Amino acid sequence: MAMASRLMWASRAASYLKISTCPRAFSTVIKDLKYADTHEWVKVDGSSATIGITDHAQDHLGDVVYVELPEVGSSVNQGKNFGAVESVKATSDVISPVSGEVVEVNTELNGSPGLVNASPYEDGWILKVKLSNNGEVNSLMDSEQYSKFCEEEDAKH
Amino acid sequence: MALPQAIKAGLPCMNLLRMTAVPILEQLYLEERLLRTSAENWCIINHGTSLPTIVMGISGRPSELVELKPVLRDQIPVIRRFSGGGTVIIDNGTLFVSLICNKNAIPGLQPYPHPIMSWTGQMYGQVLHEFGDFHLRENDYAFNSHKFGGNAQSIIKDRWIHHTSFLWDYDARNMEYLKLPSRAPKYRSARSHVEFLCRMKNYVPSRTTFIEGTIKSLGGHFSIRPFDLDELGSLSGSGSLSGSTKLLTRQELEEAYSFQCVAVR
Repeated sequence: MAMASRLMWASRAASYLKISTCPRAFSTVIKDLKYADTHEWVKVDGSSATIGITDHAQDHLGDVVYVELPEVGSSVNQGKNFGAVESVKATSDVISPVSGEVVEVNTELNGSPGLVNASPYEDGWILKVKLSNNGEVNSLMDSEQYSKFCEEEDAKH
Repeated sequence: MALPQAIKAGLPCMNLLRMTAVPILEQLYLEERLLRTSAENWCIINHGTSLPTIVMGISGRPSELVELKPVLRDQIPVIRRFSGGGTVIIDNGTLFVSLICNKNAIPGLQPYPHPIMSWTGQMYGQVLHEFGDFHLRENDYAFNSHKFGGNAQSIIKDRWIHHTSFLWDYDARNMEYLKLPSRAPKYRSARSHVEFLCRMKNYVPSRTTFIEGTIKSLGGHFSIRPFDLDELGSLSGSGSLSGSTKLLTRQELEEAYSFQCVAVR
């Protein structure tokens, strides 16, 4: 369904149901990624993974002005924070969706933190890890589940 | 004023911790510890801090934000706190109010910067609207277009903190320690610190009026439980918590000053 039609449908439905809608279009979700309920994405490639925050997250956080990156060689654990992003007045923890060893961080974010907003799934990636437990990925959501999760979360508020 | 002592049915509990002249570094250590290790809601009020102190946000760089020559000369402490936001210089005229909440404490409130800022702005608006033309202006609290309250937040997995430094009064001379920030709200319109800021004491009858009004406003959402400082044990020392709040060393400030001098040339 074209985006404009979806927006019109959503707006009419919201009006009929007397619920408020976010004026922004629905957040982008990429099909082949896995997602955490804390709004991080992970792209698995064998025993490695790339991690970032989702379009939904960057939209709700606002303009990112600083990204606190973990140290290469440090460990991250599923469900635990490994860094933070700062947007205007707030720092927000970034939670790792998987466990492993940090092998690379996106140093471009030091000079251009706005990449997280502009390109959350590509140029705005945050870190790459060597996975310690591939099975953890099975506990994450696929793109359809995550889309539904975001819609339900936004509808509650 | 008597505080509501009975637990209000259906409202989450909020511990109210009142302090006077606790050093801001200790307050920040405490707040970070409560944010990350407590499961309860907190309101922390601190009247003033013992020494004039500069407090930057998590990404603050002293070479960009602070006039380092006088700061080094006068040995003004510089802290980098765990929350986001800008740089303030605080002293015994500053009033601190911090709210630490579980993400589900306020029905319908999403744990993101803008909704939290909006909710707290409305809460303080209820307290202050009768004393002046109160506004939440681009994340600041202002009477008309003059800022009197600076806000910062930190949001973790299931909790958030929104803390505010209110300028009940301030020493204008202390503003000389701060540079004009490169990242400033539009409504500031390039005004100097003194032209941009105002003192709450020129609008609100007393600190007590403001504090009791705030507690009453919070009481509409929480069952407030006074909490004694002694119940927390030692304020300093974070146990096993590796916090982000940091007092910058003299060496770090001197290195930043060297960088600042090079940048000027």
